[in-house]
Order: sequence, then C-alpha cells, then structure tokens
Amino acid sequence: MLKLARTFILGAGLCAAAATAALAAEGTSPPLKDGDWSFEGVFGTYDSAQLRRGFQVYQGVCSACHGLRQVSYRNLLQIGLSEAQAKQIAGEKTKKVIDDTGDVVDKPRGLADRFASPFPNDQAAKAANNGALPPDLSLITKARLGGPRYLYSLLIGYVSNEECTKAFKDFEGKPLKPADGQYCNAYFPGHILAMAPPITADGQVEYTGENAPKATVQQMAKDVSAFLMWAAEPKMEERKRLGIKVILFLLLLTGVLYGIYRKVWAGIKH
Amino acid sequence: MSTPAAHGQSQNRTVKWINDRLPIFTFADHFQDYPAPRNLNYWWNFGSLAGLVLMIMIATGIVLAMHYTPNSELAFDSVERIMRDVNYGWLLRYVHMNGASMFFIVVYIHIFRGFYFGSYKSPREVLWWLGVVILLLMMATAFMGYVLPWGQMSFWGAKVITNLFSAIPLVGTTITEWLWGGFTVGNPTLNRFFSLHYLLPFVILGVVVLHIWALHTVKSNNPLGVEMKGPQDSIPFHPYYTVKDYFGVGVFLLVFAAIVFFFPNFLGEPDNYIPADPLKTPPHIVPEWYFLPYYAILRSFTQDWWFFQIVFSWWGVSAKLAGVLAMFASILVLFVLPWLDTSKVRSGRFRPMFKWAILVFLLDCLLLGYLGAKPAAEPWVSISQWATLYYFVHFLVILPILSRIETPKPLPHSIAEAVLKGGGGAAAGATAKPMEKA
Repeated sequence: MLKLARTFILGAGLCAAAATAALAAEGTSPPLKDGDWSFEGVFGTYDSAQLRRGFQVYQGVCSACHGLRQVSYRNLLQIGLSEAQAKQIAGEKTKKVIDDTGDVVDKPRGLADRFASPFPNDQAAKAANNGALPPDLSLITKARLGGPRYLYSLLIGYVSNEECTKAFKDFEGKPLKPADGQYCNAYFPGHILAMAPPITADGQVEYTGENAPKATVQQMAKDVSAFLMWAAEPKMEERKRLGIKVILFLLLLTGVLYGIYRKVWAGIKH
Repeated sequence: MSTPAAHGQSQNRTVKWINDRLPIFTFADHFQDYPAPRNLNYWWNFGSLAGLVLMIMIATGIVLAMHYTPNSELAFDSVERIMRDVNYGWLLRYVHMNGASMFFIVVYIHIFRGFYFGSYKSPREVLWWLGVVILLLMMATAFMGYVLPWGQMSFWGAKVITNLFSAIPLVGTTITEWLWGGFTVGNPTLNRFFSLHYLLPFVILGVVVLHIWALHTVKSNNPLGVEMKGPQDSIPFHPYYTVKDYFGVGVFLLVFAAIVFFFPNFLGEPDNYIPADPLKTPPHIVPEWYFLPYYAILRSFTQDWWFFQIVFSWWGVSAKLAGVLAMFASILVLFVLPWLDTSKVRSGRFRPMFKWAILVFLLDCLLLGYLGAKPAAEPWVSISQWATLYYFVHFLVILPILSRIETPKPLPHSIAEAVLKGGGGAAAGATAKPMEKA
C-alpha cells in the first residue's frame, strides 16, 4: 500500500511539474517585483510606520480617483494615528444626512464613518476618467493575482509608448500602440491601461514621520502597497498570532493522541 | 471495570425506564461494540473526517448566516463587514470558505479509497449509492455557497452553470428562468441560493445517517477485501477506532489550521474579491478547484470533435447539451460501478491489472482538473477531449473487460490469518477484546 501511495504521489508531482512549466510558458509579463515587506511569511507583521507613510501616499495621490469604502476612519488608529489626527482626516470629508427639519445637509464625517469615495457614483467616476472606472482599493491586493507584489510592480512598471510598441504585442501578434489617454505598463494584463502613472517623481509626497526614508518613487510605491495590503486584510496580524497558538496546541494534542492510540493498540495485531 | 456495553440492560431504574420507552442506551451501546475489521489502515480515517468537516461547516455556517445579508446590493459588503467588524468573523469566514475545500479533499480521498479497495461491491452497493448522493448534494451546496459573497466569480460562475440547463431541448429556457427567478442571475437567484444553501447541509446530514446505518448493516470493508468471518477478525470500534480517528482528526486539523491561518486565500480566486458586475465578464471564468475536472469534461464537447460528431450530433444533440450530459454522467456512472466491475475480488492489492488501471484513472482525474483551469484553447481542448474519453472508457470498457481477463492473486482465508501470519502465537480471540476482559 505504501508503494502504491508513493506511486500516486509521484504521479501527482509529475502533473504539478507539467502544470508549472505550462504556466511559465504562457505569460508575457516579466516576473513580479517583491517589495521585501515585513508582513510576508508566517511570522510577518505590518510595519506601522510604513503603513502610515503608505496612507500618506494614498491620501496624497490615489484618493483623488480611488475610494477605500470598506475602511473606516477609526481603523486608522490601528496603524498608529492618534484619535485627534484620525478625527481631523475624517472631518475633511462630508456625508449627506437628513437634519431635524427634513433637509438633506452635509455633515463632516467622524471616526465611525467609512472612507468617503472621491466620486458620488460610478457614472461620475467614469465621466471624469475618460470612460474608465477607477476601482475601489479596499480589497485591491486580494483581488489581483500576486497581491501587493502585483500592485508594487504595476506602480513602477510603466513604460514609454516607444518601448511599449517594441516590447509588447496584442493578442493578434501586432505591436501595441497606446492611443491618446492610454498608458502602457509591463505588468498590467494586456499592458494598456487608462490610469496615468500616479507616482512620477521623488518627493511627490512629503514623508513627515521621524526617521522616514527618502520618498523615492520606489519607496512610495512600496509603502502604498503595504498600506493597501493592510486595508484589505486588517486582521492579518491577529490571524497569524492566533494561528501560531492553534498550531502549537494542535501539535501537542496530536502528539498526545498518537501516544494514546499506540498505547490502546499495543499488543493488537492488525 | 464494568463492561461499558451493559447500559442497554442496565439495572439503573431511570436508565431502564427510558430505555424501555426509547432504546437510546441500546443504541449508544451499539457504537461501543460495533465490530470493525482489525486491519483497517489510515485510508479508513477519511469517513469520520468528512463527518467532522460537515459539523464544522454547519456550525460556522449558522453563525455566518446571522451576519450575512442575502441581497445583491448588500451581500458583498456584508461579507466584508464579517471579515472586519464581527468578532472573529474573519476566522468563521476563512474556516467556512476553506472548509469547503477540505470537505472535498477528504471526500475525494474517501471515494478513491472505495475505488481501490472495492468498497462498492456486494453487499455494499446501497452504502455506495448513498455516498454518491452525498457527493451530489455536496456539489450543489458548495456551488450555491460560492455564489453568496456575490463577487465576480460568484456571479459569473452562477451564470455559466445555471445557463447549462438552457441546453435541455424544449423546456431549457423555462427551467433556467425558473431557477433564476427572473430573466438573468439577480437578487431572486441569490435569495433562493441562500435558502437552499442553508437547507441542503441538513439533507446531507440525513443522508449521512443513512450512510452510517447502511455501513453498520453490512460492516466496514477492509484493505484485504475479505469479509469478517468471526470474532477473531474484528475488534470493537470503541476504543480502537475512536482513538485512531482522534489521531487522524489531530493531523487533519493541523493541515486545516495551517491553511486557514497562514494561506487563507490560496485556494480561492482573486476575482471573487471584486464585487459582482453583470456588465463585465472576467477574462477566465473558472470554478473552484474541486469542480475543475467536471468543468473540463463539460468544455471538451466542441462542435468539431469527432467523437461528438459520431455519437451525438446525428440525433440533433447540441455540443453544449452533450457536454452537460457528459458532466452529469461522470458522476451518475458511479451509481452503476458495482455492476461494471464484476471481479469477485474487492481489494486492489490482489488485482495486478486493476491496480494500474485505477492509478491511470487517478492521473486522468488530476489531468482533467488541471485542464479545467486552462483557457478553452489548443492544445488544452484536444487533451481534455482525450482525457474525457478516457474517464468514461475506464468505467465502461476497461473495468468490465479487466474483471474478466484478470487473474487475481490468491486471497487469504481470513483477516486473522493474514494479520497473524508469521507473527506472535497469541490466539486471535484472546487479544481481540481486551477491554471486555479488563
């Protein structure tokens, strides 16, 4: 039986190897760049200073077009903003409420409110963006293959129109030529997208934190990718912490159960 | 120590009073003395694991349903609220989401255990049938559950699968619209899927009870495939297989926990974190991994496939309908498996040719799973067509022929003989039930 199991595993392994080879042959995008984030790996945690810098980039750059509607302003306390800071950020945006006289009025947002989206609705967003809808970023790192690595690569992966024509082909095999209002990116599926390069110059966002690194294009792209990973998976640290405890407990329990199993079966031929 | 088996005949007046009116203690005793073959190996752990996952799914599902909103405008955000704001909501949701995958892994291993050791053969046909019914119910439940978060893949998966019914001649469109509750997948579809997704697990639970009832009537098969002939062949289920099952549960939970806590989205599709958009079709619509082999079978039926042309097209069956029929047939064929494999020998251990046939069949299933995730383009389509053909050839041609031409190896006369062969001299009967002697 063991021999058979081994053959099964070997066969499954061969299939997997063939699958990997086939996958590698398919894509035309270069391999994704890794941001060496602190949250990677089983024991990884978020670097709250990085998340705050990333939030600055989101506020200063992305939030002009992209919403973050699943995140509440109170969540900013989790990444180390003070209550006063979070309240102030929330208060800069308003929401529609019905007042005591029945009129619809604008009221400043508070900590309990979700992030305000930049456009009142999808139609307005499309009208302002050449017909393309800027996606909400709350879950963007979980909604793309490669997650934060994809996002980071995309943000620093823009190429000029000339390079684009040289390097990439459309599905018919003709060289790609971005039209007016279109841009070319090495990592975007199909390579043509409507988003202009958002992070273009060093120092575009002024990093205010103590010991903040220089705000290079790469650093900003890395930081905002980290922030958006947090926005998509705010419970990651809690999850991993609990996971380690659960695994340790289960290892112990399984060991004890194995001992009991051997003891009960001792002397039984089977 | 008094015999635990005595409850049914207990002298305790309360116990006796209840037991005379509802023999619940006699019933409980049954689980203690139930004789199991002494030689079951670890492949026999997966049945109890499947039962455990069902319990986990029902428990987490009930709590998730308290926080979920089955409305096409609100469903996606309500799932995100569970992930962010409900206490341990992320845990409940990741356990439930990955639990579906674990359920299928466990059940697929359980089924292949049945294939290899011939657990479907007489007298276990009804037990096998009930298992196939559970599989079908699981597939329906998993499919409808996947629709509930109302992400892109939820919506488009629902659209593709419900659209299959439109291939049925004459009444197809009517049936599809009846399933949708409208003219496309929409809020009424989501509502009924939620309702049925809550109902079906309890139907599964009912069929599981029948499955266990049938099992306890015909008793477990075993790695030798030789029936138990007397007390020397068996040991009581409790404590021997209860402790072994507990150990298996520990190992299983370790794997499950590793996925839930450290790779919770590994088995999922990123597209399902995008809210459903009826106007925007994802580039590749793929089902969850556990449906990929069937999806490959469905898609292998193209208009220009020679097999389709020869067998189906001349009686006016469309390629789509043929694909749908083949997909359902790939499961339904399991119902007649006991009569396709006519060999009297159950266990693959004693069947030199069958052993290879089942291995190639397993590889074919894995290949179909791989192809199901590929775009519908060459060379994948041609390979899927051959793999699909092989799937059915295995059941309908190879197994019946093989059963006739194969010369099985000699079987042991009994489990005890095989187990005790060459070992210590203790009489089997003496060691069989130490708990009763203790």
